[in-house]
Amino acid sequence: MTLLAIDGLSIAAAAYGPDAPPVIDGISLSVAEGESLGIAGESGSGKSTLLLAMMGLVQDGLHRTGGKACFAGVSLLDRDDRELTALRGGRLAMVPQNAGTALTPSFKIGQHIDEALRLHTGLAAVARTRRTVELLRQVRLPDPESLLKRYPHQLSGGQLQRVAIAMALAGEPQALLLDEPTSGLDVMTQQRIIELLGEIRSQRAMAAVCVSHDLGVLAQLCDKLAVMYAGRIVEFGEAGRVLAEPRHPYVKALVASVPRLSSISLPRPIGGAAPGLSERLAGCSFLPRCSRAGSDCTGQQPPLQALRPGHLVACRYPEEATQAATSSPAPVIARPAAEVPVLQLENVTVSYRRSSWLSPQQQPPAVSGLSLTLMQSEILALVGESGSGKSTVLRAIAGLWPLAGGSITCSRAADEHERRRAVQLIFQNPDSSLNPRHRVEEIIAQPLRLYFHMGPEEIRATAMRHLASVELDPRYLTRYPAQLSGGERQRVAIARALAAKPSILLCDEITSALDVSVQAAILHLIHDLSRSQGVAVLFVTHNIAAAAALADRIGVLHEGQLAELGPTAAVCSTPQHSYTKTLVRSARAWTDQLPPVS
Amino acid sequence: MTGLRATLAYVLRQPSGAVGLVLVAVHLLIALAAPFIIPYDAATQNAAAILEPPSLTHLFGTDRLGRDVFSRTLLGGREAMLISTLSAICAMAWGSLLGIVVALAGGLLDAAVMRVVDAMVAIPWILLVMLFVAALGSSTAALIPLLGFSYGLSVVYLARSAALDFVARDFVLAAQVRGESRWTIAVKELSPNIRDSLAVQGAMQWSWIFLAVSSLSFLGMGVAPPTPDWGQMIADARGIMRTAPWTVVWPMVFLSSLIIGVNLAVDAWAKALGIERLGRTPQS
Amino acid sequence: MLGLIVRRAASSLFTLILISVVVFAGLEFMPGDACTAHLGRDGKGAVLEACRARMGLDAPPVKRFTQWAGDILRGELGTSMQREKPITEIVGWRLRNTLVLSAVAALIGIPLAVLLGIIAGLRRDRLFDMAASGTALVAMTIPEFVSATLLILVFAVGLGWTAGVVTIGYKAPLLEMVSAAFLPAVVLSMVLAAHIMRMVRASVIDVLKSDFVLMARLKGVPQQQIIWRHVVPNSLLPVISVIGLTVAWLLGGVVIVESVFNYPGLGRLAVDAVGDRDLPLVQAIALLFGITYVVTNLMTDIAALLLNPRLRTYRA
Repeated sequence: MTLLAIDGLSIAAAAYGPDAPPVIDGISLSVAEGESLGIAGESGSGKSTLLLAMMGLVQDGLHRTGGKACFAGVSLLDRDDRELTALRGGRLAMVPQNAGTALTPSFKIGQHIDEALRLHTGLAAVARTRRTVELLRQVRLPDPESLLKRYPHQLSGGQLQRVAIAMALAGEPQALLLDEPTSGLDVMTQQRIIELLGEIRSQRAMAAVCVSHDLGVLAQLCDKLAVMYAGRIVEFGEAGRVLAEPRHPYVKALVASVPRLSSISLPRPIGGAAPGLSERLAGCSFLPRCSRAGSDCTGQQPPLQALRPGHLVACRYPEEATQAATSSPAPVIARPAAEVPVLQLENVTVSYRRSSWLSPQQQPPAVSGLSLTLMQSEILALVGESGSGKSTVLRAIAGLWPLAGGSITCSRAADEHERRRAVQLIFQNPDSSLNPRHRVEEIIAQPLRLYFHMGPEEIRATAMRHLASVELDPRYLTRYPAQLSGGERQRVAIARALAAKPSILLCDEITSALDVSVQAAILHLIHDLSRSQGVAVLFVTHNIAAAAALADRIGVLHEGQLAELGPTAAVCSTPQHSYTKTLVRSARAWTDQLPPVS
Repeated sequence: MTGLRATLAYVLRQPSGAVGLVLVAVHLLIALAAPFIIPYDAATQNAAAILEPPSLTHLFGTDRLGRDVFSRTLLGGREAMLISTLSAICAMAWGSLLGIVVALAGGLLDAAVMRVVDAMVAIPWILLVMLFVAALGSSTAALIPLLGFSYGLSVVYLARSAALDFVARDFVLAAQVRGESRWTIAVKELSPNIRDSLAVQGAMQWSWIFLAVSSLSFLGMGVAPPTPDWGQMIADARGIMRTAPWTVVWPMVFLSSLIIGVNLAVDAWAKALGIERLGRTPQS
Repeated sequence: MLGLIVRRAASSLFTLILISVVVFAGLEFMPGDACTAHLGRDGKGAVLEACRARMGLDAPPVKRFTQWAGDILRGELGTSMQREKPITEIVGWRLRNTLVLSAVAALIGIPLAVLLGIIAGLRRDRLFDMAASGTALVAMTIPEFVSATLLILVFAVGLGWTAGVVTIGYKAPLLEMVSAAFLPAVVLSMVLAAHIMRMVRASVIDVLKSDFVLMARLKGVPQQQIIWRHVVPNSLLPVISVIGLTVAWLLGGVVIVESVFNYPGLGRLAVDAVGDRDLPLVQAIALLFGITYVVTNLMTDIAALLLNPRLRTYRA
């Protein structure tokens, strides 16, 4: 029996007027009892709007322009909130993306679940408390009784996500909607949450809809998969099939852009960028980036056609059904033979901010006893989870935090000023690492002025050159950061760093805030720049697959100490340390669902 | 990124903003033009025409000493506006400087300075002025540094929190890592970002200070007679409100309309610049 | 948590010490002293010397400060120049009266403001909000002496309900003082309520946009429950400390309001003292105001600590 039925649903932004480009356009989906559907898409694809619509919610500023959505025969979008309160949280429940902000700060954990039980079950108070403890135990939270009295701000991200799941299960849902269930969580926590969700689904025979930008998650959780691009479904079918033999050019490229441990090479990026709302075209939205485009791709949106029963593609020139990507990945430029060390860390210990008399608790050191050497033109990746101290190492090298012990030597730098020029740091979040009031030209001009004392004409010419090396053309010089996409901003940040002609580039999770396809492009960029300009790179990330794709050597940080260090191939195929083994195993479970790339 | 013209257009498009701006403009014009358009000299007393109700010869009537209320009302804002402007400039100058320095420096300096500021803010501005007057007598010129100091204390909080918002951002960190000097960071990185916010706060401070000056004049410690001043006029008229309401109503109307106008305009200006939270109390 | 309260109290104590230093030192830097101020033009020669000797002003500053501080701790605030009585006697009753006035103003203003702010925030940009916000703007911007005068004009002169100015003496019994404080308190509470209403409104609007309110909707929580269980508590918590700051700041307005209404409190006393050029008295009143400010802030911060679980954990 069909539980959830979406039929030709279109939602547009009210502000753009009657001919507004839709946020989601003509979506038709159905989910049967016990079935699980994954919806994949990058930012701007409209997947979150779709998910909320499945709960009967259209956010402020948006309105439905066509189609409908039904749950168990009940129309969702024609009713107001009052009529849907019995359904929401009851038979149809949602697990939010960020449990930390989705839980009411003034409510204790117990109160959250108790509220759901009170609204959707007929249980009395004492029975509710018992059931709350049961639910918390089901989501594998330790010591549920004491957890009842604690507040959300006292729990970790992973724990909060489990509470959110328990809260959703309280109403005995027939269908569970999951919004990016693993975003913001560490690789190992992600893995455990996925296992938990799999368990729950099989126990309760629940239908599930899972929205994520992470194909690995969807591969493990879902039976069917729909991929969205620019507000439309471009491919739909059985999850395994779609990922193994993608037919739509975008989906194929997307799958190829995910870094995976099974084939250690740089993932292929997709050129260009996804169109924003105001840039949507009349024809196929993927046209500007498609290598297979034909003359009739510009006229109208290609309809979803069945290439085979159960496998639908919205493309006029779908790819062949091949097992693996036909084109080979970009050639890896051989590394120059120089074995000169540029950075040496000896027994480095860094503490967190010294605890003053105000906070008497002792903080463990962020990093202790770390020793490593970075060679010229080498790319060394430091992999670890949050709290492992990886960012702290970078900040200490950059001179932002003082050393509590050990030494850091930069062999290329004679004095302090030189060192600041030779070592450049790129930050994770492209939104906050560029001054919103400066144009791109000014942003790149600053290191040029500071280190090379260049005049205005020289600055302009040099800035254009640096922009070109990060694949941005000169017209970007006059733009403000707000006018650039996340990937473009990160490129500007890289250009700014390179403008100083550094010998060492420190990258602090620079791809973590970006979409997968954009991440692939940045990885390529770093790789190419390092080889062509002879810059050594210290690349910090929590994603070991990305690290493996990019780096010559990998170091694994665990609780402030270097657990393992060695050439990429060795570390990934035969990890020595137990933590590395777990890391590799989680990453493999992740991406091994995806087909290998030759 | 919006230019001055775009901001002005936005402000005028909102009804409250338009009203506010018009009120301010009118008051400014009156203040500038008053000495040339008043029918009578503000200080001339006329024993024969005491407390006359409004008529064609005296548009707003006359006061206790036979002075023309209309002329006095038109002139009544000038001195207070001048004092307020100078004090506001003084307050914004030293307050923002200290606030930004302290935000950039952080650590012990920040803690120590803010402690002292916390202590000084505990004494209401009016008592500060009263202490001065009790010790040295009333002085209009002295009001400027006194009020500038007192209100500058609130500006320290505001500037500090505005700067702190940005000090934590990565691009400031990036500048520090590059090795830019503190001065360069303050001027090139911070100030373009907090300029707007400070400008709006400056206008708000102006309106607070103007209120303060009027209140002081009311108590006899502000603008000194015979210079006409709205606060002073209202104080003078207290005993005769019942019999001669025109002596108190006009100054009140002018005073209130100016302050309301400033507040409406500043509110709309803040919205135009995208500044959401406008500190309303001197300390928030 | 007791530790946090103790630390907060210790912090307040430190601020109080700083205030006393500031009040004392501020005057040291000004030319002249209490005697030259009070005696004015007559303050010369032997008369001045005698005055200084009497007031102990010939000792060095540090010694005078410790003497003064010591006296305060013992509850003695010095001697008034004009009235030649111990200041403590003079300010005692009037402090009570000012506290009565502030308390009445707070009791009228705060609950009203919170309620109006919540409703205005919930019905943002609709008729109620526009009316309430508009009224708040007017109430906030008009100086206290104007609104006080206006109220007297309306209620005393126009309607004849009250006498306008206060006629009872400073030692009058509590109940009489409370009823005399009513009209002045209304003026004070207008300003107080306007500020608090705007803050509560802004907080409510912020909370309505938050993820957890959306989540509550998605959980099927009915609208009324969302408002009263999820929105209101989380809107008010961040505002509590700021309410304290506003109340404390309002003490400045007390001086003007008491003057207009002739209310026998510290504010009016201060105005009289300034007229008499009675420096020690003004100094003592400044100190008292400072102490009241610090104590009020301490109380609201502790209230915030007790009510807001997030503040209780040590910040890492």
